[in-house]
Formats: sequence, C-alpha cells, structure tokens
Amino acid sequence: MTAATQPNEYVADEPTILPGKAPLDQDWADVAKWGAIGASTMIFVVLSGMLTGLDSRLVIERVFSLGYLAVVWVPLTLGFLVAREEVLEGMASHAKGANEVVSGGIVGALSGAGLSLLILLMDSFDLRDPLVNWSDKTLGLLQFSEDSFFGIVMWAVIGLLLGAIGAGLHLLTPDMRRLVKIMVVTVLFVSVFETFLTDLFKGFGLVFITDFLYAARGGLTIISTIVLAIVAGLVAFFGKGRVKQAQTRINAGAVEGGGRTKANIAMFVIGGLLLVILPIFTGKITNELLANVGIFLLLALGLNIVVGLAGILDLGYVAFFAAGSYTTAILTSPNSPGWSPELPWWVALIVTIGVAALAGLLIGAPVIRMRGDYLAIVTLGFGEIIRLLFLSDWLSPWFGGAQGITNIPPADFGFFEVKGTDPRSVFYLVLALSAIAIYVSWRLERSRMGRAWMAIREDESVAEAMGINTVNVKLMAFVVGAVLASFAGAVFSAKVGSVFPSSFLILVSIIILVVVIVGGMGNIPGVIVGAVVLIGVLGGPKQPGLLQEFSEYKLLIYGALLIFMMLTKPEGLVPNARRTRELHQDEFLQDAWLRKQVDEDEEASEAELGDGPTAGAPA
Amino acid sequence: MSRLLEIEDLSVTFGGLHALNNLNFHVDEGEIVSVIGPNGAGKTTFFNLISGMVNPSAGDIRFKGDSIVGFDPNQVTALGIARTFQNVRLFANMTILENVMVSQHCRTKQGLFGALFQTPGFKKEEVEIREHAEKVLGFFGSRLVGYRLEQPASVLSYANRRRLEIARAMATKPELILLDEPVAGMNPKESAELTGLIGRLRSEWGFTVVMIEHDMNVVRDVSDRVVCLDHGEPIAAGSFEEVSTNPEVVEAYLGRPIEKSRETDGAAT
Ligand SMILES: Nc1ncnc2c1ncn2[C@@H]1O[C@H](COP(=O)(O)OP(=O)(O)OP(=O)(O)O)[C@@H](O)[C@H]1O
Ligand SMILES: [Mg+2]
Repeated sequence: MTAATQPNEYVADEPTILPGKAPLDQDWADVAKWGAIGASTMIFVVLSGMLTGLDSRLVIERVFSLGYLAVVWVPLTLGFLVAREEVLEGMASHAKGANEVVSGGIVGALSGAGLSLLILLMDSFDLRDPLVNWSDKTLGLLQFSEDSFFGIVMWAVIGLLLGAIGAGLHLLTPDMRRLVKIMVVTVLFVSVFETFLTDLFKGFGLVFITDFLYAARGGLTIISTIVLAIVAGLVAFFGKGRVKQAQTRINAGAVEGGGRTKANIAMFVIGGLLLVILPIFTGKITNELLANVGIFLLLALGLNIVVGLAGILDLGYVAFFAAGSYTTAILTSPNSPGWSPELPWWVALIVTIGVAALAGLLIGAPVIRMRGDYLAIVTLGFGEIIRLLFLSDWLSPWFGGAQGITNIPPADFGFFEVKGTDPRSVFYLVLALSAIAIYVSWRLERSRMGRAWMAIREDESVAEAMGINTVNVKLMAFVVGAVLASFAGAVFSAKVGSVFPSSFLILVSIIILVVVIVGGMGNIPGVIVGAVVLIGVLGGPKQPGLLQEFSEYKLLIYGALLIFMMLTKPEGLVPNARRTRELHQDEFLQDAWLRKQVDEDEEASEAELGDGPTAGAPA
Repeated sequence: MSRLLEIEDLSVTFGGLHALNNLNFHVDEGEIVSVIGPNGAGKTTFFNLISGMVNPSAGDIRFKGDSIVGFDPNQVTALGIARTFQNVRLFANMTILENVMVSQHCRTKQGLFGALFQTPGFKKEEVEIREHAEKVLGFFGSRLVGYRLEQPASVLSYANRRRLEIARAMATKPELILLDEPVAGMNPKESAELTGLIGRLRSEWGFTVVMIEHDMNVVRDVSDRVVCLDHGEPIAAGSFEEVSTNPEVVEAYLGRPIEKSRETDGAAT
C-alpha cells in the first residue's frame, strides 16, 4: 500500500470558526419544531404510565426516581440536539455561546410546558376512561405533591434549565464534554443496574461495595452518587491516553493486515474464557439472564444466516424454534400425549436436528421461489400456521393442544445435569451450542455456499445469471437456520420443562429479527452484542431483562430503538468492520483527489482517480 | 467450424410490443459477432432471451445443437454461456475477489459438509477457485489485483466496474460470452485497450464472443461479422463494411452518419 492510501497520514486543515451568533438570531421555526417534539414526547411518556409506574424505583435516594428520569431526559437531549450545528469538513462553523443556550433553553421550556399543559388539562377534564394513567397519582407526581400552579411553573422552569444545560454542553471542550458524559452515564448505569450489580458483587464476596453504593430502600445514596461521579471522572481523565494508544495500535495492526483478525480471535478466546469462569461467581439472577441471552443468541445466529447472509427476510423463524422445542419435548417427556420414547436429551437433540432440517426443507420449498416482500408475508403466515397446528384440537393427541407438553426432564449428561432450576448449567450448555453456531456461521460465510448467499442477497437475478442455483442455495440457508433454531428449542424445552404453543408467538420472530438488525446484520460480533443488549438489558418476549422495571414498556422500547437505529445507524451497532474500513478508505481516496495530493507514480490509484469524476455510475 | 449457437424464428412480445420479431441468427465457434442497432432495437432483449432471463413467445434457441428454451439462467450459464450487463450489475458490497470467486459456483461442488469440517477436498477447491479468480482478474493488468482484491466492488470507477463485469463472466468458464456494451462510458484510450482485450478473449481464452456495441470503432476493429437490428428485426448482416454502408442501416440510425450516433446513446437504458 502506498502513501496515498494511508488513512493515518491524512491531516485536515484547521476548521474556520466564525464569531458566535447573536442570542436572538434564531431559526424560530426550528426551535418551535423541536419544542413541539419535546412537549409531545413528554406528554406521551407520562400518559404511557412511565412516570407513575417507575416512580417507586429510585435512582438517587429520596431525590430522583426512574419515573422522573424517563421524563427529564427529553428537554436535556432536545436542548443538546437543537444547538447542534452540522459542519461539513472544511466548512466554517460558528463559535458556541449565548445563542445556543437560548435556543436550548427555549426548546426545553417548550417541552416542559407540554407537561404544564397536561397538568391544566388533568385539572379540568377527566379522561380516565380512555387513558388509564389520567389519574390522581400521576397528577400528584406532576405537581410534586404541591398545587397545580407550582407544578405548571416548575415544569417550564425545569425544562428551561435542562434545555439550556443540554445546549450548554456544546460550550465545553470535547474532552470536558466526554468527561461529563462518562460521569453521568456511570452514575445512571450503576443505579439502574442495581439488582444485577448487587447479585454480581455478592458472588465475588464484595458486599461492602454494594452496601456503600445503595440505600436500604434502593437507589444510590447522595454520598455514593458524588463519590461515583468523582471516581468515574478521575478514571476517565487519567485513562484517556491509554485507550487512545491501544486503539491506534489495533488500527495500525489492522492496516498492516492480519492484525485485525488476530485481535478478533484473541478477543473471542478471552471473552470465551471469561464466560466460562464468570458464572461460577455470579448469582442466580445473572445466570438466568445469561441463559436467556444464550438461547436468543442461538436463534439470532441462525436467523443471521437466513436474513443477514442470504438476505431472505424470514418472519416466521419462530416455527423452527417451535419445531425444535416440541420434538425434544415429545422425545424426552414421559407426559408426551402421543408417543413417548423418553430418550436421553442428547439423543433427542440429534433427532431434533434431523426433524428441523426436514421442517426447513418442507416449509422452505414452497416459499423459497418468492422474493422480497412476498416471501416475508408468506413466512409470516407459515410461522403462525405452525403455532396453530400445535395448538389445534386436531393434533392435540400428539402435541397436547393448549395444555402443551409438560414434565420434560432435565438434560442429563451423566457428569452434568442441565435443568431450569440451575441456570448456570443451562448457560454452559447454551454456551457450548453457541460456540458451535458461531463456528458454523464463521465457516459457512467463508465458503462457496456463503459467497453464493451473499450474491443472492446483493442481486438475486444476477446471481442466477452467474450460474447459482438460487432455489437450492436459498433452501440450504433455510435448513441451516432451522437447525440452529432447533438447538435453541432443545435447550428451551430442557430449561423450562414444558412447552406451550403460547411460547411461540409471532412476537418471538420479530424480536429475534430486531436483535439481528440492531446488532448488525451479517456480522457475528454484532449479533452477539445485539443479543446481550436487547435480551440481556430489555429482556426477551417473556423473559425479564436487567431493566425489569421497564418490562411493561419493553415492546415500546424495542420499537423506538428499531426506528432510531433505522434512521441513524441502519448498519447496526457493530457493523461489519472490514467493510466499514474499506468504505472509509474510499472516502479518503476521494478527499485526496480533491486535494490533489495523489502520488503521481501510483499507477493503479492514478487510473482510478483519473476517471473518478465520471463515476456517476448506476447503482 | 461448427455451429455454437443457432437462433430460429425467435420472437418475444411485451404487452403489444414486438421486442424481437422472427429473428434468425447463428454464431460459429471462435467467431466474434457484433450486434448493433438504435436504442430500443431489442439487442439487450436478445441477450436476455439467450441467457434464459426472459422466455421467448415463439422460436427456438439451440446451443451446441440442443434447445435451451425454458432453461433457468443458472442452467444456461452451467452449459457455457456467460453474459455481462449493460447497466453494470456487480455484487457491490462483495469484494472484487469475491465477485469473481462466486461466479465459479456452477463449476465447483463443495457444500456445507466440506466447509464445516474443512475437508482436504474443500481446501483444495478453495485454492483453485482463488487461483482462477486471480488469473481472470490479472487479464486486466494491475487494475483489479493487489490491494484491490479485498475492496468492495462499489469503490471501483465506472470503467473498472465494466472490466470486473467481464472478469466475472469469464470466471464462469464459458464457451460463449455475451458482452452488452462493454465500452460504454469509457474514454477513447480505454475503449481501444478493451478492444484489444476482446480479441484476446478469443485468441487466449478460446471464447466465442457476441457483443452489443454502439461504438463503431470497436465494432470495426474486432468483429468478424455484424448484425444490425431495428424494431426487433434484423435489417442487415455481413462484414462491417457491408453493414455500415447499407442504406437501411444508415436510415435506421436516423439518417445520420453511423459514427456520430454514439453521442446520443449516452443515456441508454
Ligand atoms: N421486461 C420488459 N418489459 C417490457 N418491455 C421491455 C422489457 N424489456 C425490454 N422491453 C422493451 O423492449 C424494447 C427493446 O429493448 P432493449 O432493451 O432490448 O433495447 P436495446 O436494443 O438494448 O436498446 P439500448 O441500445 O438502449 O440498450 C424496448 O422498447 C423496451 O422498452
Ligand atoms: Mg440494451
């Protein structure tokens, strides 16, 4: 690689900074727009019941509850957003000052005024019938237990202050801003994950830490909040240089080639070891959580092959999860209504894999010829049909109808028994199966079949014209996906001990899909992060996550998160690293061309840049 | 020389439009044949019919004596007919190497089992696929190899995308290669270079070539025979001189000298 393509050498010109704008020189329409967004968001949050429902959960003892947190982030964030200035590289930007603070304050005040308005309305009308949260309790919380005038004024003032603070963040230097961010995030993290951290520290015998951090009735104490913020600030301040260094080292390794892969493998190994050792110390809550994450990770890895690699939008993926669960249940449970061979779990697993593969073929064959939206709709239907079959009276002699199949024995490996009452054992089983699933995904992606899947995802007709039998190849993806889902199903049966049709709602398909999309489609680390963040923190369709308090709003948060990701980062939380880097390299080449910094001797890049301007190619 | 491709009374209609009407055509092994004609004459449709992407309303297409009408595109490719696309349809997010590796799909056979257990057969085949891919890319000089191999196809310039389209078709190990406007969008220097490469497709790789092209310099320099279509019907066939001086052909190109017509074709479909 030549000097011209080394991203590290690229140095941008110092950006031009214009003097700040006058305080009242505002884009009023923009301010009004953000204010209206803020007001309606705050009203929505209150009426959806978050303020009331989460009030008993304290963030900081006596001072601040999760319910208020669910409301006050709005003016703060919007104040920050409205004061942001989009600056293209090489363009001039304004100095930040009073102008920004004023706009942030106004937006915040308008947002807060939304709640003032709500107080007025709640005082005058009774809409309790359609709106459950139109209650005295909500009103009381909105008025801070004072009269309505106090509440009305307070919300406008709180909004004003928070909006101004949000905007004021722009006045800080980037380093300072980072410091503030880390301090706030640390406090919130430690407070919100109280249950989890208590459980974790207890496992390591570090109870004194949690005793210090948390108040008796939950929430951080005021003292611990301050200490925590200071510690986080100090660590961030002194740790900064090191993180940067490590990052440069990893990036340098990646550019030289091979470094990235080695770093990745090392990370996988270290992560794997941690995952084996950690559950020994952690308590039941954490292990239960990890086991659920693992089951959904298996499902997500399977769906990632179907959607992420082959680009087949399968909305009925839960059907294979159900098929795996039911097959294992029938084969192992003495209570199986039709036929009950009572096989050991691992024998059942082998049969289950075969059945799932067959189910993949049978369901896949009729739908796989369709493309895009049609296929999505048909798979959606098939997913529901499978569940209804399990539920039906007609097949209840085999599947037990709504009563399902109960009394599924634990998975017995002789030296090691996996049962639901011991989440640690479930987690180890899931970990082993996930390792297999990751290996399968990794190998297949780098094979003839994986390349064919990618080609089909890119352009199905062209893939066919290039000699790929698209029907067979897509069917293969379906079958592999089905087998991985059946792994999850087999573990699920042994863990829960019973299967019911209601465990396999269409919602499960959707949530697995959201995990894949939010994590980063087509990228294994992304899928892992997606499963940990969504299932671990928010929880699965029926499984509680870390944020147990939010479980009522789980679907709301899932939806909001999905929309947010689609708008801002459609490639997911952890997009494919290799491709991201390549894309940046391309940007660099264009910049270099613009700046005429091209190394003239470099034949290839010269040819490339020479006809760069004509590259108005059809997509 | 034996007949490689025979087209008999081939017709196709879209709605009421006769995109091709009673076309008779043949290609012998080792020939380079150009298909010319004004916009909308039905040239691309003709390629779509041969490659199985569109089914004919009537008539027959025979490859090496056997009818291929009704075959799926992947079957046609497996038989030995590869094509490029006028509107460049690369797998944009796959690397350049992967683009050329994936198009050897129908010439290779390792499945899931080999990949999962890394069998010797799988590893050997992967090496062969890669070697062939690099050989094909090397045909275009240093443009598509080296650090380029691992870059996504989307970063390529327009001319290089066209080259990669040809490389991808070559990698399917065809006997007959169909090039749809291979030099469109290239500057005169690049067109001249590619003209040379098209000649070498026959002399070095042994491919028979059918090419749609509007650039008459390219057509003149490389074709054994030229066929001109207009409104889905062949209006002239023969050597370049014969066809280019044919009054009907000149008329079809709106009475303008043929050389000039290219300028109006920039916005081709
Ligand atoms: N799939 C289709 N459905 C309907 N009409 C079509 C279809 N494909 C092509 N046509 C029509 O058939 C006619 C011939 O199109 P074709 O693309 O073959 O022209 P062409 O000779 O390749 O022209 P150009 O030089 O612009 O590429 C056009 O009128 C076109 O609109
Ligand atoms: Mg055409």
